[in-house]
Amino acid sequence: MNSVIFLTIVLLALSSYFFGRKKAFAIRSSNTRLTALPKFYGYYLSIWCAAPAFIIFSLWSIFEPTVVKYVVLQSFSDQGLLEGELNLIFEKAKSLSRGQFSGEITTALQAAADKYASLRSTASASKAVIILCLLIASIAYAYNRLSKNNRTREPVEIFLQWLFFFASLAAILTTVGIVFSLLFQTIEFFKIIPFFDYLFGMHWYPAKAFVRDASEALDPSMYSDTFGAVPVFAGTFFIAFIAMCVAIPVGLLSGIYLAEYASKKFRQFAKPIVEILAGIPTVVYGFFAALTVGPFLKDIGTAVGLDVSAESALAAGAVMGVMIIPFVSSLSDDVINSVPQNLRDGSYAMGATKSETIKRVIFPAALPGIVGAILLAVSRAIGETMIVVMASGLAANLTFNPLESTSTITAQIVVILIGDQQFEDPKTQAAFALGLTLFVVTLILNVIALSIVKKYREKYD
Amino acid sequence: MINREEFLNKRYKAEKRFQMYGKSAIILALLFLAVFLFKIFSTGYTAFQKTWIIVPINYDPEFMYLDADQKPSMEDLQDSEYFDVGIESFAALDQNANEDQITDIKRMFAFIFEEEIKDHILLNPDDFGKIVEVKLTASDDLDQVFKGNYPRDLPEERRRVNDYQLKIFDKLNSEGKVVSNFNFSFFTNADSREAELAGIASSFMGSLFSILVCLAVSFPVALLAAIYLEEFAPKNRLTDFIEVNINNLAAVPSIVFGLLGLGVLLAVFGLPRSTPLVGGITLSLMTLPTIIIAARASLKAVPPSIREAALAMGASKMQTTLHHTVPLSLPGTLSGTIIGLAQALGETAPLILIGMVAFVNTIPGSPMDPAASLPVQIYIWAESAERGFVEKVSACIMVLLIFLVLMNLAAQMIRHKFEKKWN
Repeated sequence: MNSVIFLTIVLLALSSYFFGRKKAFAIRSSNTRLTALPKFYGYYLSIWCAAPAFIIFSLWSIFEPTVVKYVVLQSFSDQGLLEGELNLIFEKAKSLSRGQFSGEITTALQAAADKYASLRSTASASKAVIILCLLIASIAYAYNRLSKNNRTREPVEIFLQWLFFFASLAAILTTVGIVFSLLFQTIEFFKIIPFFDYLFGMHWYPAKAFVRDASEALDPSMYSDTFGAVPVFAGTFFIAFIAMCVAIPVGLLSGIYLAEYASKKFRQFAKPIVEILAGIPTVVYGFFAALTVGPFLKDIGTAVGLDVSAESALAAGAVMGVMIIPFVSSLSDDVINSVPQNLRDGSYAMGATKSETIKRVIFPAALPGIVGAILLAVSRAIGETMIVVMASGLAANLTFNPLESTSTITAQIVVILIGDQQFEDPKTQAAFALGLTLFVVTLILNVIALSIVKKYREKYD
Repeated sequence: MINREEFLNKRYKAEKRFQMYGKSAIILALLFLAVFLFKIFSTGYTAFQKTWIIVPINYDPEFMYLDADQKPSMEDLQDSEYFDVGIESFAALDQNANEDQITDIKRMFAFIFEEEIKDHILLNPDDFGKIVEVKLTASDDLDQVFKGNYPRDLPEERRRVNDYQLKIFDKLNSEGKVVSNFNFSFFTNADSREAELAGIASSFMGSLFSILVCLAVSFPVALLAAIYLEEFAPKNRLTDFIEVNINNLAAVPSIVFGLLGLGVLLAVFGLPRSTPLVGGITLSLMTLPTIIIAARASLKAVPPSIREAALAMGASKMQTTLHHTVPLSLPGTLSGTIIGLAQALGETAPLILIGMVAFVNTIPGSPMDPAASLPVQIYIWAESAERGFVEKVSACIMVLLIFLVLMNLAAQMIRHKFEKKWN
């Protein structure tokens, strides 16, 4: 039914374009001056035809299921059922009305199913009728305005401008969606787990919180000492720290070399190749870390008599560091390039060598920009998922030994949410709480980094 | 008093040292890339070969439960059982084999041997009642043995291939009955629990659908948003807020978008789980800022004189934008879009969260069917314990990398060929 309505709207909109244009020619042949090019008459008519109908169509499609569900469940609402049970009844009624239900059919359920079926058919019939009426009305209105030879170009352009405006709201909408979805589940989570138990608890063991059924009474003792996120936070920053230990020296030195020493030819060749490192999918790095680097470190450890876990924080961190090298090197390359040449010339004129100039003049001048670049890289490292999931552990141990395995926020989110989820489960909600923490931390890092970089640019521009 | 000469030498040495540090940092980065690519290619290239064993198959009517005296119709052949045909033919490989050993021989082949035997007789109905040689897919363990990836010197109890199977295999091998051909099924099969049958067709289609959905959603929205922000937006708080939002979204970790997809697209809008539709929409939210930023940059690069010329000719602001500015900026926008899509193609974590890790052994026919994607397939196979999957993972990585390289080359080409340079 939906596709029929959709196609009707599209076809009518297309044909009304030609219709409107024809009208414009008719007006012109009656020796009246047109107010715009004939095609704008077409656009005008087809926008009036499609836009209102399409808006109503989308809104109806979004809200119809919620309204139907509310009406169907109204007869159950006075029985004091939990939300999960109500959902279950609704799903049962839905599948019963489609004839796919196998189970005990109570009279109440049958009534609900009948109600569902009748509501659905009424809804789709009235949707079709209302949209058809709307189409006819809006075309008639627009055609009437066309006949009076009203202005058409300006309304069309204003419409387009509004369309562009709404498209640019998509970014805000995404942010709102992120905050909404994270916050909603996180609030539910903190209804069960005290906020400070989460923030300062020392044990993270979500597998312990196992809920079989949404209606099962929640046993608070089950969750005590289960969702303490300190080991996860510690692991996240620890692995990010290892990654930065690799990425900062290598990235910074290669950035400096590319900016100050490299010949133009070498730079043209080396820069894109180093940047390939940033384009390789993270899952590929994860596989490489797990298959090659992890066992390699383990072998070295065995050779020198150290006990190295096959899934060590070191393997994950080091590979992550390699991934981040291009971020540090490209950003610091840019930053160093934007240091004004007269600072260099002044230093050379005093007899300084190139490396002395770099260390004593350029580096301090570029420092704010480099700090910004490093903060961006840290936020990247904290948000990295697949390398940790595949190469480091899935259990959150509170350890600062790089040879043992540890886990991160992102890895824990994946561990919890892989497979089926129930939204009423505190475990699932815990993943969203972790997600919110991650979002807030990276947001703060990014805002700081971007403002530093911006300020730095203004200083030298 | 320090000797001047010595002091200068020291400074020059420090200079050289510093330069060397820089050089070695770059070489280290390049070296890692080289090691990495070498490792992937050297473990992966064998996956493009598949091992077959040629076995004389006895199409004896008795084993097929058919009448020996009359020629069977195609329907008879179609409906007939081939398990016994296989077992009897396997038993013939070693006259002295006991029950257990026959089972061992059976395990040397992929479990689809029945279908392969059947397919042969359906193609060659004249072989009915004869003994003919048929190519059967070897099991993944023997496949690895043949490729030399399997440690044969392990003690027998730690091997998945026992000594008896190795003996039969070596005998067949010395008779030239073990052959290796290009592994077409790697590209045409869906995922499978059996390494020798697993292919990338299902995840490839999943990736394709996701990327198409992502393109269809993100490109128009991003282009329109960029046009608004660059050409029409008044300088006010709302515009600033939108810009801040876009810049921040570009740096949000990808897994957060997965949570968004899970919490909004699946839970609130009730879209079907595990489908490329949801995956594509989730990815499009991620690529949106990338494309908007690229499109704005290339709109900004169009010189104001173009706009002024159009306006001077009496074009409206909208006509100036749509007829002149946007077409001129399109190459940059397109190449930014392709780069954004390449990022989306390599993304794994958000797709895992919206359930695209489900085991899918059918090739999806539309964005509404459950599917995996190429990076997720890499993850699924990498987590699998079987030895045969290691080379598959590397091969899948090679396919993915080739696509990424092609997309990036296309982006470069569009930029170089169509972008106008303004002086």
